[in-house]
Amino acid sequence: MVLVLNEEQQMLKDAARDFLQERAPVSQLRELRDSSNSEGFSRALWTEMVEMGWSAILIPEKFGGLGYGYTGMGIVLEESGRTLTSSPLLGTATIGVAAIATYGSEEQCVSILPAVVNGRHLLALACDESGQHNPEHVSTQAVETHTGYRINGRKIAVLDGHIADTFIVSVRTGKGISLFLVPVDSSGVSVEQYPLLDTHFAADLRFDQVAVGKDQLLGELNGGLAMLEKILDVGRIGASSEMLGIAQEAFERTMEYLKERKQFGVLIGSFQSLQHRAAHLFGEIEMCKSLVIKALHELDENSGGNAELASLTKAMLCKTAHLATTEAIQMHGGIGMTDEFDIGFFLKRCKILESLYGDHYYHLDRFARLRGY
Amino acid sequence: MGFYVTNPDPFRHKVRDWLEVNCPESMRQPYRSEADLCWGGRNCKFQNKDQKLWLQRMVSKGWTVPTWPTEYGGGGLDREQTKTLNEEMARIHARPPLESFGISMLGPALLKFGTNELKQQHLPPIARGEIRWAQGYSEPNAGSDLASLQARAEDKGDHYLVNGTKVWTSYGELGDWMFCLVRTDFEAKKHAGISFVLFDMNAPGITIRPIKLISGNSPFTEIFMEDLRVEKNQVVGDINKGWTVAKYLLTHEREMIGGSGLSRAGSIPISKVAVAVLGMENGILSNTMLRTDIAHFEMDEFCLELNTERARDKVKAGVSLGAASSMFKYYGTELNKRRFELLMAINGSDAMVWEGGESRSGYLPKTWLRSKGNSIEGGTSEIQLNIVAKRILRLP
Repeated sequence: MVLVLNEEQQMLKDAARDFLQERAPVSQLRELRDSSNSEGFSRALWTEMVEMGWSAILIPEKFGGLGYGYTGMGIVLEESGRTLTSSPLLGTATIGVAAIATYGSEEQCVSILPAVVNGRHLLALACDESGQHNPEHVSTQAVETHTGYRINGRKIAVLDGHIADTFIVSVRTGKGISLFLVPVDSSGVSVEQYPLLDTHFAADLRFDQVAVGKDQLLGELNGGLAMLEKILDVGRIGASSEMLGIAQEAFERTMEYLKERKQFGVLIGSFQSLQHRAAHLFGEIEMCKSLVIKALHELDENSGGNAELASLTKAMLCKTAHLATTEAIQMHGGIGMTDEFDIGFFLKRCKILESLYGDHYYHLDRFARLRGY
Repeated sequence: MGFYVTNPDPFRHKVRDWLEVNCPESMRQPYRSEADLCWGGRNCKFQNKDQKLWLQRMVSKGWTVPTWPTEYGGGGLDREQTKTLNEEMARIHARPPLESFGISMLGPALLKFGTNELKQQHLPPIARGEIRWAQGYSEPNAGSDLASLQARAEDKGDHYLVNGTKVWTSYGELGDWMFCLVRTDFEAKKHAGISFVLFDMNAPGITIRPIKLISGNSPFTEIFMEDLRVEKNQVVGDINKGWTVAKYLLTHEREMIGGSGLSRAGSIPISKVAVAVLGMENGILSNTMLRTDIAHFEMDEFCLELNTERARDKVKAGVSLGAASSMFKYYGTELNKRRFELLMAINGSDAMVWEGGESRSGYLPKTWLRSKGNSIEGGTSEIQLNIVAKRILRLP
């Protein structure tokens, strides 16, 4: 197993970096926040990303996609972490597509995936119902009717819930949990959106007597939990890729600062107390680079999934990206606390990704359980 | 992938067949400690017949040092073949046939800096396990600040006369020859006056004193050199340029010590030990606080293994590791200390027993105590962090 990028992947990485640094730098996130944009992302930028082919990376060729795989997706997510770019890359192009391309029927794929490729259709996974992530905790219910099902309940903190055209919703169905594809314009669906601390948006969803057909069931009836865990693992590894980009960028910016800021007449980077913390953090980030590549390779090569590795990756990236962004603030000192300076944006975005689909503690516990202790 | 299924790697099959026939059954057990390994040397005492046979057979293939050129007793294997050999040995839990500082430290330095004569003289006996080498680096007043070493080598025409003290020499009393740093220019700046020399430890003028550690064991010695004669043709690299050789050798030493954080093939995962000793409650390890630390540890351990793998991939892709060996040394040794702290906690009062009872001669507490030295020897953790900060991060 080779844990370095091949030539083609390196080219994708370079192209992604060039595009994002030029078209979607961190300053754009600030503009989004300070403008009256009520969506938390730029549709014009998404159109450009679609033209780059990024909405199609995970979509099989027969549905108009590139079928390029998770390693390629992870590379782009990592680069978008460096620029803190707000876009449907994670929610739609990674998680939503993984769900439908893996478990969708031919009809479901045909009706949704080509539209995702074109950038005309956005997706959101709606699974959480309380502040602590727990995919097994589902009280949203579907009752069988003679034409299909009727759904009642609510979902909270849905990533991209405010812009999605179709929701992938986990629902209790008698003997277990099932996943349904629910269009946003279904009668009885209401969406309440709000900005998060990182300027991105999320939404709470309410389902009030929402009628869905049998053809809207994703995968097997009552088999939703196992599917959901695998979809979530894709999301966890995708979020980890993005956190890897955040950690590296925050770290590199901090190293630059240590080499230009003077106190006591010398560069602060000459102080051993800072050098040792920087060197320690460097090592932690190096470990995470290996881990993220490994986790992405595993998604590409092992269709059975590797839940243990997914939890390990999410837990480690939560820990390390958290360390990188908090050390970044501390080492920048007073200026790091100001809104005028960009480094604080990294701390904020990182916090959202840390909490998404299980934080450090959640995944420590899940990892230990999966290892049998 | 299909390629390998229809066309199995012929080298792998040759290796597998050869190991099957030639690796004695008793050499296919994971080793518990360094004492289970053969270190070679003039006074080598084999634990049993199999150990000797295993060494001889591997020597005949040159596989005690698979990457070295065949003319120096090596196997002449490329990286891919070496990896295959290691994988096939790991597959049957074959013990390394020979462990030595000659292989892991001096050999690479000689291959890079030694004259043809020095290589011819010293490499084949290392490959055959005939000469055991000891390291003469640290001194009582030159620890972390190694380059301030004071052992004096006076120029006497065709030879040097060496006076000084070396400390922390591993297994000095078992060493046949020593590679040693001495000062040959007393006026130059500290890094510029050092030479890297070799000498036979049976020579007159050498006294060896064991150093007893907090673990109760004495794996280290102090070496006193009084009017010791060192031949001029036994200088590795240029005179007064020994620091270059010394640093190169240190990167190899660091990688070796850093490897101590990696779990050994066939060793039991620490969580399994914890479950066996402490038991489960409500489907999880009964001690939930310890469980968190164990999960942390196992994650870090896995990451180090992956990162080591990625480093190997990088080397294969032609990217040099260089100062990154300091990161591995730091991470690996800190991890190993954590491993023993966890084992001590898991075993509770049983781990306090020094002798007798179920304590296996106090193996755990002694190894725990010994592990404290991991982050000191071969350059302290703090020195490694200095190297990463300066050489990799380019901090002022």
